[in-house]
Amino acid sequence: MTIEHLIQVENIRKEYLWGSSTIPAIKNMDFVIDDGEFISIIGQSGSGKSTLLSILGGLNHPTKGQVFIDTLDVYELTSEQRADFRSEYIGIVFQSFQLIPYLTVLENIMLPMVITNGKTAEKRNKGMAVLDKVGLANKADRLPDQLSGGEQERVAIARAIVNKPPILLADEPTGSLDTGTAEEVMELLKQLNDSGQTIIMVTHNPEMCRYSHRTINVKDGEC
Amino acid sequence: MKLYNISFNNLWRRKGKLVFLVFGLVIGIATIVTLLSITESMSMDIEERLDKFGANIVMTPKNENLPLSYGGISLGVVNYTVTEFDETSLADIKTIKNSRNLGIIAPKVLGPISLRGRDVLLMGVDFKKERKLKAFWQFKGKFPVRPDEIAIGSQVASAFKLATRDTLLISNRVYTISGILLETGSSEDSVILVDLHEGQKILGKEGKITMVEVAAFCRGCPITEMTLQLAEKFPNARITTMKQAVMSKMQSIDMVKSFGLGVTVLVICIGVLLVFTTMMGSVNERTREIGIFRAIGFRRGHVMQIILLEAMIVGLLAGLIGFFGGSGIALSALPFVVKGGTFAGPNGLIGGISILASISLSLVASLYPAIKASRLDPSEALRSI
Repeated sequence: MTIEHLIQVENIRKEYLWGSSTIPAIKNMDFVIDDGEFISIIGQSGSGKSTLLSILGGLNHPTKGQVFIDTLDVYELTSEQRADFRSEYIGIVFQSFQLIPYLTVLENIMLPMVITNGKTAEKRNKGMAVLDKVGLANKADRLPDQLSGGEQERVAIARAIVNKPPILLADEPTGSLDTGTAEEVMELLKQLNDSGQTIIMVTHNPEMCRYSHRTINVKDGEC
Repeated sequence: MKLYNISFNNLWRRKGKLVFLVFGLVIGIATIVTLLSITESMSMDIEERLDKFGANIVMTPKNENLPLSYGGISLGVVNYTVTEFDETSLADIKTIKNSRNLGIIAPKVLGPISLRGRDVLLMGVDFKKERKLKAFWQFKGKFPVRPDEIAIGSQVASAFKLATRDTLLISNRVYTISGILLETGSSEDSVILVDLHEGQKILGKEGKITMVEVAAFCRGCPITEMTLQLAEKFPNARITTMKQAVMSKMQSIDMVKSFGLGVTVLVICIGVLLVFTTMMGSVNERTREIGIFRAIGFRRGHVMQIILLEAMIVGLLAGLIGFFGGSGIALSALPFVVKGGTFAGPNGLIGGISILASISLSLVASLYPAIKASRLDPSEALRSI
């Protein structure tokens, strides 16, 4: 088997135990993603798209199948090795921002750098640079609850890209935003993609798919 | 930014929880600091009294006495031999190995005299040394200084209706009563105190000493070893330490300490349980947050470090507050516990131990919650979002 793509998903299946029975969240999925692509994964609620995203992020071991990222079989790694892998390869924008409430904006952005090497001053400069990139340099010392929804989403994106991971996973990045703010966030993601960032975005809003190169439709656990 | 920033910020911005966590341990630490400080001051008070107020070693000649009693009635003793010390041999006391611990060496000659038809105990003493040794004695009048002056016990004064400046004829010599010893509740109440050499002449025991009282500087001195050293120098002497006399007091202090430690252990256990349950609650509340840390790439060890660092901060704070709080309580309570007692001051050793103990207890209480947090499956944790 040759691995020719940045991400290669082969025959994955994911089942969850529910009492004495199993429920398949993903029945069978097979696709590839290349470096620099902007992919939208779209589907109804409960179709398995968030489960798919967590599998792509090395967070959720599939019941069957393989996931290759940069030729590495992700689920052959141990749990701790996958943590290291995520630190280096994956940036995640969580649904509903998920910023740490007791850390400032800058501290939230610097969070992925806590476990990497480097001097604090350098990390701080990096954090400020990314904050500037998302247009929030003047809000570095604010707490998350002092920001609007759109600002929080931009902080979440900044946190995900601060370590320059090859892959950015975004779970419903515009889910809790109004149309205008959602468009701003999508423009930001588009800009990142234009500068070479590979982005995989889960959304239930077909309108947002126009920003991406390609759309993967997920229905009843299949694509 | 480091891991400790996460721990510190979490505690700092959730001050209510921090106060709650610290409170439980502070009570336990303050209790033990108060207890140790008070018992230390109590022990020091007793030792100071020992040092200042009397002998703690008594040397008497070995007497071969056979106690005579029958049916619970004491009929006295039968003395086979009575020996006394030569006054010149007393110099050997200062040649023992721990001689630098020796303070006052107060020789005495004892014997009965007849006064107005009644037997009274005469005690010849070195006035200067005796006065230093028995600094707690209180007199009506003043302590004798000259060889022709004497002091009498309160019982002698009332039995013979004597007052200060009265004179007594003893062995054809006139002595002036310079002072009457106020009641001590001990055998001194029924003695006549004369100068040592006057006493030796009166009793016909020139150059002889009946007993020696020694005050050793004994805060931490090896009194048992000194007793053995004296016994070696004076094989014909019986050496008794006043340790026996204060043992009951020290035993009382030990009992207070043991009881207090028992209570403290209980209080500390409650404090530790409080920390444990609060930390467990915190881990459950932070399931999502821990999921985010793991998703970002934190290893299990990093998550554990965050929780345990929080525990260390809590322990350090509780130790410091508990130590200073406990010292403050000891300072306030000591005058009620020890009459005339003074607080020895914050003890650095107790402070160090209390802080270390507090940190250790907090870490122990937080270990299981930290392990549980580190084992949270990130996908399960993120599903709770």
